[in-house]
Order: sequence, then C-alpha cells, then structure tokens
Amino acid sequence: MTAYILKRLLIGIATLVVASVVVFSMLEIVPGDPARLMLGINATDDALQALRQQMGLDQPLVWRYLEWASGLLTLDFGRSYTYSVPVIDLIAERIVVSLPLAVIALVMSTAIAIPVGVFSASRRGRPADTISMGATQFGVAVPNFWFALLLIYIFAVWLRLVPAGGFPGWSAGVWPALTALILPAVALALPQAAILARVTRSSLLEVLGEDYIRTARAKGIPYRHVLWRHALRNALIPVVTILGLQFAFLLAGTIIIENVFYLPGLGRLVFQAITQRDLIVVEGVVMLLVAAVIVVNLLVDLSYALVDPRLRANR
Amino acid sequence: MSLLEIENLSVEIDGTPILKGVDLTIDQGEVMGLVGESGSGKSMTALAVMGLLPFAARAAGRVSFGGIDILAATEDQMCALRGDDIGMVFQEPMTALNPVKTIGEQVAEGIRWHTRATRADAEAHARKILDRVGLPEAKFPLSVYPHQLSGGQRQRVVIAIACALKPKLLIADEPTTALDVVLQKQILELLRDLVDENRMGLLLISHDLAVVTDMSDRITVMRHGEVMEGGETARTLSRQLHPYTRQLAQASMHVPQRKPFASPSWGDRAAGAGGGSDRTQAGRPSATPERGRDADPELVEGKADWGKNQSALLSVENIVRDYPGRRTSLFRKPEPVRAVDGVSFSMQPGQSTALVGRSGCGKSTLARMILALDRPTDGEIRFIGEALTGKDEAALKSARRNMQVVFQDPYGSFDPRHKVERLIAEPLHLMEEKPSAKERRDKVAAALHEVGLSPRDMDKYPHEFSGGQRQRLSIARAIITRPKLVVADEPVSALDVSIRAQILDLFADLNSRLGVAYLFITHDLTVARAITDDVMVMHEGRIVERGPTAEVLDHPQSDAAKALVAAAPDLHRAIARRLQEQG
Repeated sequence: MTAYILKRLLIGIATLVVASVVVFSMLEIVPGDPARLMLGINATDDALQALRQQMGLDQPLVWRYLEWASGLLTLDFGRSYTYSVPVIDLIAERIVVSLPLAVIALVMSTAIAIPVGVFSASRRGRPADTISMGATQFGVAVPNFWFALLLIYIFAVWLRLVPAGGFPGWSAGVWPALTALILPAVALALPQAAILARVTRSSLLEVLGEDYIRTARAKGIPYRHVLWRHALRNALIPVVTILGLQFAFLLAGTIIIENVFYLPGLGRLVFQAITQRDLIVVEGVVMLLVAAVIVVNLLVDLSYALVDPRLRANR
Repeated sequence: MSLLEIENLSVEIDGTPILKGVDLTIDQGEVMGLVGESGSGKSMTALAVMGLLPFAARAAGRVSFGGIDILAATEDQMCALRGDDIGMVFQEPMTALNPVKTIGEQVAEGIRWHTRATRADAEAHARKILDRVGLPEAKFPLSVYPHQLSGGQRQRVVIAIACALKPKLLIADEPTTALDVVLQKQILELLRDLVDENRMGLLLISHDLAVVTDMSDRITVMRHGEVMEGGETARTLSRQLHPYTRQLAQASMHVPQRKPFASPSWGDRAAGAGGGSDRTQAGRPSATPERGRDADPELVEGKADWGKNQSALLSVENIVRDYPGRRTSLFRKPEPVRAVDGVSFSMQPGQSTALVGRSGCGKSTLARMILALDRPTDGEIRFIGEALTGKDEAALKSARRNMQVVFQDPYGSFDPRHKVERLIAEPLHLMEEKPSAKERRDKVAAALHEVGLSPRDMDKYPHEFSGGQRQRLSIARAIITRPKLVVADEPVSALDVSIRAQILDLFADLNSRLGVAYLFITHDLTVARAITDDVMVMHEGRIVERGPTAEVLDHPQSDAAKALVAAAPDLHRAIARRLQEQG
C-alpha cells in the first residue's frame, strides 16, 4: 500500500513537471508581447526595450523557464504584468472564494445525487424512476447560468432571502460570505448532481444484477438493506471518478457563474489575465489547477482502494 | 405432510410459459435430485420456492413449505424464511460473494439479521460454521476477503452462509458445476454430511445425472418446464421407463464411434503394431488395456523419447512458464510463480490426446504457449518441424494456419455484431493468397456443412443459434483452414449432455475424416475417455503421468491421476450403488 502511494506521488510529480513545460511553452508561442500591451501602442522602442529588460523578457527561453519553475517551488509565481503585484497574492485573494464555492457545490451535488440515484435504481421502471430520471435529464440539458438566473429571480428578487450577487469578503463575517455563495453553489451543483445521479443509478443497476446480490437476498435480508449495504459500495467507483473530474471543473471552470453573481473567483481572474495578455498570471493559475487535479486524482485513486479490497492487495 | 410440497406450479414471464404444472415434494432429511437440461425450468422452480422469481414472473399453483403458502406470502414473511428455514447455494462461486465485504461479515450478516444476536455472538457463530465447512480459523480468519479464496473455498463460504442457521430445507442449484471433479467430490460430501447432521431436506439441482444419482434418494426429471418422471432414484434410473430419462442416461454415457484416419504416418504405426483395427469397433475404442501397449510401443516403452520425435506434428521440449509473483517488499524482487514446469511431450499427426488436470494445474497456460499466444520462459516448441518460440507474428502465419482453437464458452467466443460468414472466415487471413469473395463464401459453406449446419446459416448472427450450434460454429471456424492440430479447451463442459454427445460425435467424425489431431484440455475424464487415444495428467505445472487413455484411467499410478479418477462421477457405478441401497 505504501509502495502504491509512493508510486502515485512520483507519477504526480512527473506530471507536474511535464505540465509546467507545456504550460510555459504554449503561452510563449501565442502571439502578443506583454511589454507592448502594458505600455500601449504609442510607446517608444527605447521604453519598450527597457521594460522588456526589466521584466526579463529578453532572457533566453530556457533560462526564463528555469527561473519561473524554480520560483513555483517556493510559491513565487512571479509578478503580474498588469497589476505589478505578486501573482500569488492575486490567487490567494480569489481562492478564498473559489475553493469554498467548489467544495459547497460538490457536497451539495453528492448529497442530492446519491439518494436520487439509489431511489431511482430501487424503483427501476416504475413511475418514480421515470420522473426522477426525467428531472435529471432536464438538469443535464439545461445550462447552469439559466438555473442561476432562475435562482436569483426567486430567492434574491422575489423572496429577498439572499443577495443577488457580489461577495462581501470573509472579513465581513462567515454568515454574510456564506449567504453570498449559496445561490452560485446551488446553480453549479444542480447540473452536476443530475449527471452524478444518472451515473449512480446505472452503476447501481449493474451491480444489482450481480450474483452476490442474489446471495444476500437468499440470506433473508430485505431488498432495501441489500441495496444500501451490498450494492451501493460496489457501485461507488464510477461515482467517485466522476466526482474527481467535477471538482477540477468546479474550481476554475465556473467563469460564467462567477460573472452572473459578480464573484471575484479564479475563473474571472484567469479570464481577465488572458484578455490582458498577463501571461504570468495565466501560467500561475493553470499550474495551480494542474496541481489540484493531480491531488484530487490521487485522492480518488486512494478512495478506490478504500472501497475495494481487491485493489488494496497486490499493489 | 412433507416439508416442501409443490403442486401444479406454473410460472410465466410476459405470457411465455416457463413452468407447466410442476409437482414435487421433499421430506425432512431427504435428498431430492432435480435433473434436466438448460432451459428445463430447474432454477426457476428453485427461485419460486425462495420467492425470488423475477419481477415480471407470474406464478400459479401451490408451493407449501412447513404449512406456509409461499406464493401468497408477503415479502416480509419470505425474508423471515430465507436464510433461516430455507438456505440456497448457487452455481457460480466466483461471483456469489460480495467482493468488498469480508467472509466474516457475509456469514455473520444473516445470523445477526435472523437471531438479533450481537456482532460478537454472530461472529462466534460464523466462526463455528466456517470451521465446520472446512475453513479453519488458522488459515481462513473472518477478515479474509473473497478474492483471497479459490473457487472451492468460496463455495464453502456460500454453503456456510446457507447452512449457518440450520435450515430445514437447503436448495443447491448446480453447486459444483463450476468446480473441477476433485473439488466437486469434496463439496458434495460436505453437503451430504450437513444434510445428515441436521436432518435437512436437500433439493439438489444438476444437469449431471451421475452427480444426482450419487446423491439423491429420489429424483425428478424435468424438460421444457414440465416434470417428465419422478420417483426413487434407483428404480427410475435402472428401469429407465420414460423415454426422456433413457435419452438423458444414454447421452451421459455416450461414447462416439471412432474410425482411424488413413494418413500414412498413422497407418504405418497402427499396421506395424497390428492392433490398430480395434478402434473401428463400436464402443470404447481402447477397452482392452493391452491394446495400447501393442499399438503404440513408443508411447509406453519409449517414454524417455517423448518430445524428441523428429517426425512429430508437435513437439514440446522442457517448457517452463513463470509469472511474476506477488510483491512482498518494496525492495525485494517478487518470487516468480511457476505455472508450467519443464513439460515435454510430442504428438503424431491425427493423434487425439487429452490433457487432464485439476483447475489451476497449468493446462491452459501450456495450451496458450502451444498456440503461440504466450511465450514460454524457457524451452522449445516445434510444430511440423518448425520452432514456434521466439518468432514474430508474420513468421508464425503458416503455423497459425495449421493450428486452430476451440474454446469452452460458445457464447463469449463470438463477436455478437458480426455475421456467421465473417466469424467463420476469420482465420482465412492466414492463407498465403487472399481468397476472393466467392471462394470465401464457398469455404465457409463447406465448413458449415462439415459441422452439420446449413450454408444458409451464413447470414445469421450468433445470437440466433443455441449453445450447441454455437459450439459447432466455433468448430467450423477452427477447421476452415484445414488445420493439422486443433486445441480444444474444455470444448463440451458448457453444454448439456445430449448436445455434448453430438459435439463429441462431431469431433470424432472430423478426426477420422480430416485427420485432424486434437489436444483436448479437460478436467472431465468421461470426455477424455470418449475421444482420445492418449492422456497426459498434469499436476502443479508438471506432467505426472501419461499413456494410452484407457490404461491410465483404469489403472492410474500417480496420486494426481488416482484422485481425478476416484472423484469422477460415473453413472454406472452410481446406479449400481443406489440399487444396492434401495433394493
């Protein structure tokens, strides 16, 4: 087991190194000179030269990569071209919004999806199954910003329970900050929950056809107990895989929702950085996401072993 | 009143009748054998008693267990019966246990549910029953997971689950079909002991007449959802009054007629020894033990020369296959597991050889290496004078053309989305010249004809055929390139007895008409006896005994061969024993 974790860690580190090379060179290839962008089109050549030198853009490519990559190790992501502040400060400012948002959305979607999936599977082919699967079909098909608008209309405009947008910051207190995150989290969670519920249902139905389910029923255990005690745990592996993928998306793929709710999250940061050719910020955020995905995948792999004893042995 | 009374039970699913007026009774302490071929409704009868029929099934009639009307019982009442008063053991031990729960949890679960015992008490009880079924604590603690057990051990766990609360009735649905003969004998003995100890009634379902005869006081014969005949085992089987019972009994003991193939090499050998004509006679081709000695001097006297014969069709020399073992430490190289350990033998053209052994003895690994699907760790395999080892795919083409394979499972070995023509023509890409579309169809038609199917079947899909017909398709696929050797891995063990008899006939017929040599891999000695000249007994990666089939099977020398022979169910012997007991 220790060997397995060590091996996974090493693979994770290797992936990070490769990703850093790819991210760095991709952004080097795309056209657009950050120095010129900062100074505007009327800048003199001399000023441009001077700025490029100051930013280190005149150094050889390999050198710049090494400098950037070694900085990453000490969490020094460099300085933003546009804001002239350390990139890590920008990220830190945004992650306190994005990370809680992603976690809340993920917990919500799991809490909705698994009971719905189990419920549907246990009533396969009956009206309750048809209705809940129809609802999830709707949830998968409808984009999350539509849910967002609907939620704002109902809970913010009509019922006036929560603010319609903006983020007061955690310094304003935990409760106001949380209420600002609830609607976006629900809007993000609903489509994810719909996907997850469908995966849970189909995975569970497959497991319910297995021989050991019949063995459990032959022991005299009622069907409902068999479902929760024997079937669900075996059906969890595909569910956990999807969860891992969803988390990566929720962390930075939420730009639309962040815009709808005026949330200062990572998605908006990276979007602004791209439009302003603030490459060093883009690089920093992307590397952070790569690291997050690798960590989540490691956790997913470990949870497989937790669920299934066959994976614990022999690795 | 009997323990279980089934009267006029009918079941239909979506309007299709599955069971038609089944009658059956079991008394306390009685073993009732339920025999029939696949689709005869045996399992459906068992599921009706358990109240576990599929949702779409509609049952009518009367099933009464200890005075309780099962068909009218609520799900709660059935849950109280299942696992407490009625236990059930299933066919496939490999999948019958939940892979993510320990055996302790799984055995204790039913005990806790029915007796409301504490976890500790239930586990102590589970420990006792596991000890009883032959899984002692020292080697099999409660914390063991199913994947750490072999098939036979898993079946013991399933039996422990079923018998933990000393049920009044135990239903065993093909409990040993997936196990090799030695394990089968052990499991059947265990079931019989448990029945005797607890005065249980046992409903033993099997397609194997010999097993049922050996075990049961009374038998019921089913076909197409109807009971054909029922009664005391000895009387039913010795008189064989019902034509279907007779047909089943004859099919179980069927031995194909075999004629020698007039190939020069085989003819020389047989004529030179002067005993080869024995095999033209009906019945067992090698009934006299001396015959083998006369006919095949090199097989017996020349044992030292096995594997060195230059004119041999196939010669295997000192083959070894290691698999990487389980890693015990991060820093030590894992000990390899030796699956095949220095095996040598040779086969002549047209010769039919059986490779028998218990599951896990290495026989399938050996076959894979002969088929060049796996590379030996050490040793050499020569086929028609050509070395197979260490060659790439292109160089193996001619060898592959002359060597084909038939697998056990006629359902799994075809792509369900391809038509028969394409499936059977598959090996034709091994020919030197690519056949034209018409030649291809002609060859497929000829191969279908050869195996007793119609050329019209060419445009059908595999699902349109029955299990026996599919096995004919795989044989057609194997012979389309006119191979010199066919390797058959348990080719009839998934088939019903009457179909099995037909397929064995087909193998024998093709052997004499086309001169194909066979390497039959099987754990079933009746198959080996029926259609092979020679037999090799494999045990733990080595060949421990070999010789003419009849001689080895009648007078086994090695412990492994003796165990196989002793465990093999034999209908003649079983009936004789029953007759003695039941008068």
